[in-house]
Amino acid sequence: MVPEAEFRSYYGQPIIKAPIWHEPHMPLYLYLGGTSGAASVISAVATVTGHDRLALTARVTAAAGAAAGAGFLVAELGRPERFLNMLRVFKPTSPMSVGSWLLAAHSGLTALAAASALAAARPGPQIPAGSFPRLPDRSGPRIPLRSFPRLPAGSGPRLLARSSPRIPDRSGPRIPVLPVRGARALAALGDAAALAAVVTGPLMSTYTAVLVADTAVPAWHEAHRELPFLFAGSALAGAGAVGMLATPRREAGPARVAAILGAAVETVAGAVMEHRLGLVGEPYRLGRSGRLMRAARALTVGGALLATVAGRGSALGALTALSGLALTAGAVCTRFGVLAAGKASAADPKYTVVPQRERLEAGRAARVPAGEKS
Amino acid sequence: MAECHPVGFQWVVEARARGAKVFHIDPRFTRTSAIADRHLPIRAGSDIVLLGALINHVLANELDFREYVLAYTNASAIISEDFGDTEDLDGLFSGFDPERRAYDPSSWAYAGGEGREEAAGAGGEHGEHLEGGARHAEVAGAEQYGSGGAAAPSRPPTDPTLRHPRCVYQILRRHFARYTPETVAELCGISREGFAELAEAITANSGRERTTAWAYAVGWTQHTVGAQYIRTASILQLLLGNIGRPGGGIMALRGHASIQGSTDIPTLFNLLPGYLPMPHAHRHEGLDDYLAKAGADTGFWGRKRCYMVSLLKAWWGDAATEENDFRFDHLPRLTGDHGHFTTVMGQIDGTVKGYFVVGENPAVGSSGGRAQRLGLANLDWLVVRDLTLVETATFWKDGPELETGETRTEDIATEVFFLPAASHVEKDGTFTNTQRLLQWREKALEPPGDCRSDLSFYYHLGKRIRRRMTDDEIDRPVRELTWDYPEEGEHAEPSARAVLREINGTGPDGRALSAYTELRPDGSTRCGCWIYCGVHADEVNQAARRRPGGEQSRVAPEWGWAWPANRRLLYNRASADPEGRPWSERKAYVWWDPDKGEKGEWTGLDVPDFERDKPPGYLPPEGALAEAALAGTDPFIMQPDGKGWLFAPAGLADGPLPAHYEPHESPVRNTLYGQRANPARRTYRRPESPYNPPGSPRFPYVLTTYRLTEHHTAGSMSRPLAYLAELQPALFCEVSTELAAELGLVNGGWATIVTSRSAIEARVLVTGRVRPLRLQGRTIHQIGLPYHWGWGSGGLVTGDAVNDLMPLVLDPNVYIQESKAMTCDLRPGRRPTGRALLDLIEEYRDG
Amino acid sequence: MAERMGFFTDTSICIGCKACEVACKEWNDVPDDGFVFRATSYDNTGGLGADTWRHVAFIEQPGGGDGREGVEGWLMSSDVCKHCTHAACLDVCPTGALFRTEFGTVVVQADVCNGCGYCVPACPYGVIDRRERDGRAFKCTMCYDRQLGGLEPACAKACPTDSIQFGPLDELRARAGERVERLHGEGRPQARLYGASPDDGVGGDGAFFLLLDEPEVYGLPPDPVVTTRDLPAMWRWAAGAALSMAGVVAVSFLGAGKGR
Ligand SMILES: Nc1nc2c(c(=O)[nH]1)N[C@H]1C(S)=C(S)[C@@H](COP(=O)(O)OP(=O)(O)OC[C@H]3O[C@@H](n4cnc5c(=O)[nH]c(N)nc54)[C@H](O)[C@@H]3O)O[C@H]1N2
Ligand SMILES: Nc1nc2c(c(=O)[nH]1)N[C@H]1C(S)=C(S)[C@@H](COP(=O)(O)OP(=O)(O)OC[C@H]3O[C@@H](n4cnc5c(=O)[nH]c(N)nc54)[C@H](O)[C@@H]3O)O[C@H]1N2
Ligand code: SF4
Ligand code: SF4
Ligand code: SF4
Ligand code: SF4
Ligand code: SF4
Ligand SMILES: [Mo]
Repeated sequence: MVPEAEFRSYYGQPIIKAPIWHEPHMPLYLYLGGTSGAASVISAVATVTGHDRLALTARVTAAAGAAAGAGFLVAELGRPERFLNMLRVFKPTSPMSVGSWLLAAHSGLTALAAASALAAARPGPQIPAGSFPRLPDRSGPRIPLRSFPRLPAGSGPRLLARSSPRIPDRSGPRIPVLPVRGARALAALGDAAALAAVVTGPLMSTYTAVLVADTAVPAWHEAHRELPFLFAGSALAGAGAVGMLATPRREAGPARVAAILGAAVETVAGAVMEHRLGLVGEPYRLGRSGRLMRAARALTVGGALLATVAGRGSALGALTALSGLALTAGAVCTRFGVLAAGKASAADPKYTVVPQRERLEAGRAARVPAGEKS
Repeated sequence: MAECHPVGFQWVVEARARGAKVFHIDPRFTRTSAIADRHLPIRAGSDIVLLGALINHVLANELDFREYVLAYTNASAIISEDFGDTEDLDGLFSGFDPERRAYDPSSWAYAGGEGREEAAGAGGEHGEHLEGGARHAEVAGAEQYGSGGAAAPSRPPTDPTLRHPRCVYQILRRHFARYTPETVAELCGISREGFAELAEAITANSGRERTTAWAYAVGWTQHTVGAQYIRTASILQLLLGNIGRPGGGIMALRGHASIQGSTDIPTLFNLLPGYLPMPHAHRHEGLDDYLAKAGADTGFWGRKRCYMVSLLKAWWGDAATEENDFRFDHLPRLTGDHGHFTTVMGQIDGTVKGYFVVGENPAVGSSGGRAQRLGLANLDWLVVRDLTLVETATFWKDGPELETGETRTEDIATEVFFLPAASHVEKDGTFTNTQRLLQWREKALEPPGDCRSDLSFYYHLGKRIRRRMTDDEIDRPVRELTWDYPEEGEHAEPSARAVLREINGTGPDGRALSAYTELRPDGSTRCGCWIYCGVHADEVNQAARRRPGGEQSRVAPEWGWAWPANRRLLYNRASADPEGRPWSERKAYVWWDPDKGEKGEWTGLDVPDFERDKPPGYLPPEGALAEAALAGTDPFIMQPDGKGWLFAPAGLADGPLPAHYEPHESPVRNTLYGQRANPARRTYRRPESPYNPPGSPRFPYVLTTYRLTEHHTAGSMSRPLAYLAELQPALFCEVSTELAAELGLVNGGWATIVTSRSAIEARVLVTGRVRPLRLQGRTIHQIGLPYHWGWGSGGLVTGDAVNDLMPLVLDPNVYIQESKAMTCDLRPGRRPTGRALLDLIEEYRDG
Repeated sequence: MAERMGFFTDTSICIGCKACEVACKEWNDVPDDGFVFRATSYDNTGGLGADTWRHVAFIEQPGGGDGREGVEGWLMSSDVCKHCTHAACLDVCPTGALFRTEFGTVVVQADVCNGCGYCVPACPYGVIDRRERDGRAFKCTMCYDRQLGGLEPACAKACPTDSIQFGPLDELRARAGERVERLHGEGRPQARLYGASPDDGVGGDGAFFLLLDEPEVYGLPPDPVVTTRDLPAMWRWAAGAALSMAGVVAVSFLGAGKGR
């Protein structure tokens, strides 16, 4: 336990402004977007490894998640009618800008992938999903991170400020009603999209960690190392859970494993985070946010254990369902918990003042011997 | 000052940046204290003790600026042997009449000026008619003292060695001897070291090289000894040689924008423009009689016939002639005290039937709110001209008395006429500010709807009344009035510029005059207000001048126009020594230049407040009148003897010298005299005006009221404005941490403040800025209340009216209410409502 | 880009008259912030927000430790957007609604802001906020419109004591340095500059202050840092997590054998 911190403040008022994002919109977006991202990865691998039934579930999950998530995101805006302003510029310095483009791309790809899968799943001439050499199951996508052109802060937006180009809305799946003979072409397209989503998917599940960490909120900013893992793990658990629930047991194996491993990653990341943050991590342990995080952990761990058991025999359908629901609930609670923790850490000046004071003292201590003039 | 004159306060900040030391003397630690060098918390109502002790410190240690004092003050004048001081009479001066609770001031006169017929000396020939005389006190009451200049002989007997036991200097020494640091500690609650620091600072910063300035406002005036507070400061400043010199003086920080203007061209019942006394029904027979009695004949008041005749000519034009006394008889007459509170009593008694309330909100702004409203409710008609529907116009439907069941709307017969007024930005005109500076203001926009300027209202009202005039003699004064101003715009707005020009005055040729010295007693000149003569000199609106300070001398004579004669510093002849040389290079301001003009002239940075060509060596011939009666070394040219009065032989209703008296309501003893409170204070002994018994355990706390920067006075100009209302949304009381603990008051909670007039509720602000005072071996708690709230005026925020708590007790010289120091009780929680409220007050009254 | 303009707010001569608060609202047509008696000395607007772009803080310093009554002092300070050299709000704004003007100030374009609210928690000083009934974010513009018209900002114009000084930032920094020296000379060691140094966590403030106590006493962060300073690191960790995720998924399929 962290000892009660000594600090001064202005009538105990917060120094920074708490995130104004509302519940349930924001946490649900975090959950759906993350799940969609993880699901799209599963769908891709499933596709290439020929787990068609799982691929179908995953593709639909990914598309639905992205679409629903986008819906909540728009709803969260103070001026929803201006959602497209998100796409009037591309700002590498703004995780939300990056995220918007990412979401646009991702939802487009997943929609396409899902559409093709659904079409394929329709009764009629069977078209084998995936019609090209299988890849070995190792290759993970590599994303060049610093290749973004870096504009001088603000200058980009300024140029673009006056004329805001209206970019057509690409988000939201469009499922073409296609004649059977176009089906093969669509299938190829869908597979391509599904594979491409291997790039957008993992980022979808993790960029939100950067989104929240790139703020002055101590509990978020200081956690910028672990949060991506927390979110990635939670996303996997969530996607895996849906996979388990919506895929016949025989086909759901990989989903189950993914869920279990995701749960593990989430739990470890959470533990590391709280331990490393110390005082700043308090909100993850105390109050409403603390309760949410504890619930999340219990549900996730429990769900994972159940999943391992459920994996054993075919007579355990009920357990599967239970574990899937638990994992899902856990993933949702994590997102609510993280948002709540952020708000709590912003509301109490202690979390802003104490660490900054310590940093200053440390800085002084460090500087003095160095004989610099301060 | 930072609270109420923030813009003016920038100069204090600047002075401080240049090394000035700033003291703030106030019961509370305010925004002013926050950047002053030293805050001295004082018990409300005890400043005369502090100032008196400073005077004693100066006299006892002979720290006075002796050359200045000898030459420019009446220190050496010898006072009548009839004079009895508070020293001899245990707190009373000679001449007190317990029946009338008023003084006969004749025994305070200079020796030989006692007001007996045979009393000689220039100006003495009509001695018994002197304003300072007994008969004046009798018939006119105190309200006219000072106006027209208090009269006294110009050459009283003196003792330049200052040794004569009855010379002013010696009287002062004896009078103030008992005002010691000890008394300061036991009456003001100011520590000895605090006092020592102040005394050291002001004496160290006075003399040839340096000056000290005092600034005050209503913290000093809203007392039953208000006028004497200022007198005490004047004595101190004269002794230290700080009057008429740059960086010196006593700065009266005034109130409403142009409240100074409304004293110069008065809204006061007892004055005519330029401080000429209002004639009295029973004692001012004709013009000559009036002039004979209206103050001194020496000094510049000696020209009062020029001022008066020019005024009558301005008002009645060609109808005013030598033969008909220039229509002096057309002027209204006084029959006694027609002041605000006496008028309200008249309303309650039914003798006052109609009431004009213009730019005032007495229902919440004046002491004794309940009495005010009872008066309003008993009128036949009431006219309210205001920017908003103020409480004074709506009391009949939403006043507190309805809630308590004391009155019912259906029982109030008053017919209320509300006339919307144009605000200051919706009309042209001048503001006259604190330092007598007139600044012209252009209309920024047209008044909305039916809103009209007050000028327009009175002008058109006058026109309508005149249309109804008959040939009847009784109508003549109005019929003959000069009432012709050019009309402008669709609403026939009279030209404010033309009014200003009429005030400035015109000569025989009809052209604008340029100085009051041009005014003639023969009716050949017209002038609406002699002190403003010159504001339109050369047919130029001098008040409209706006040359930036950077483009002219530091005195900035070309920014606006200051009365009189654009002099920025009054009595500035005192900034030079008797020979006319600056007291010091550092403090050079106005001096005598022997080589200027034919025989030399006064010159300097400012317009000399002295006859330009009167040499320092000038001695008046025997029997000379007006300014001719003043020597070249008499800087105080409005005084009959040209001296600064340390001792006031005439002009005040409650004593020639200040003495400390406790406020009418006070929890402590007056340890200086047997006489507890000002014997001449004006009280109203009637049911509407109950008082808290002095020293009553039921009302143990000192209550003081004041302003907040965020609001304006009765609040009708700030409560309706969101940007101001949000800054101070609720009435609150400031209490010390100690008292809060004692009574269990919670910061942010509620408290009820009770006096025998009423009980009101306020939010609690617990603060170390108000601290308990330890004096006379006990702890005195002071409670602070800003008074800006009310229930109406279209306010976005509401709160109880603090003035419902205030007593009806006044200073006898100027009839100002004592709203700065009284007693009260304080209890946690909100006040009862309805009948229960009355019961609570009853309970307290009966004890 | 024209010379960088800024504010030097010298709180040692602030008299708490709030003329700045009112002038700002008058000029910028900012709505009232509600009518709440806060019982926090003379402060009833609380802090900066969407409806308060200038805010005057009031701090009553309790009388000396020796149990003496009363107050040591009464600090007043007019707070405002710092117009940071490295402005987090601007960095994170996804729409480009926030931009840097030719005067080096940071301004929201109301017609572009979509109310995403990202700038709100990003600001290390808690300045900018979203006006809920309007949906957009608002804050001090350093009177961009007035500056374009060659006028000084309304708050500075209204300040009677020149506690708020507006001008070219370099000049202001020099002046502020001298002022602190002088106060130290007058025996007021507690005087210190806040936000004046270009090497602090935000690269220096366009609006900096002379304070008479620790920043947090005024509700200011003691050592603010622009959050985007750590953005590259954040992306690296996120990328790591993303890769791990893909890896984990791949692993999940091992042993699950071939489908179908
Ligand atoms: N913002 C603002 N400015 C105003 C006004 C306003 O309402 N609001 N009103 C204008 C008007 S009409 C006027 S008359 C002036 C008044 O200007 P001020 O006189 O400055 O106004 P107040 O706040 O009534 O009183 C000043 C101080 O006197 C203190 N005080 C009370 N009793 C005593 C005492 O016995 N001795 C001493 N030494 N101090 C005492 C109070 O604590 C208070 O701080 O302000 C003008 N300016
Ligand atoms: N307890 C307590 N009581 C006090 C005081 C105190 O310190 N304590 N101070 C006293 C002092 S110094 C004063 S000055 C009084 C002030 O008390 P009031 O004068 O009664 O109150 P104000 O609100 O100043 O009223 C002025 C009115 O004039 C209106 N007005 C403004 N401009 C114009 C105009 O151009 N034409 C017309 N027709 N109306 C206009 C405003 O709307 C406002 O309603 O309060 C006195 N009462
Ligand atoms: S309100 Fe007007 S008169 Fe009063 S301080 Fe401000 S500017 Fe001066
Ligand atoms: S203070 Fe906050 S709102 Fe102002 S520029 Fe800096 S980051 Fe942006
Ligand atoms: S709320 Fe407006 S200004 Fe703030 S980040 Fe979003 S778009 Fe930019
Ligand atoms: S600069 Fe303009 S917008 Fe900013 S606080 Fe001052 S007045 Fe308001
Ligand atoms: S206007 Fe100036 S003095 Fe008044 S509160 Fe604002 S900063 Fe302080
Ligand atoms: Mo006043």
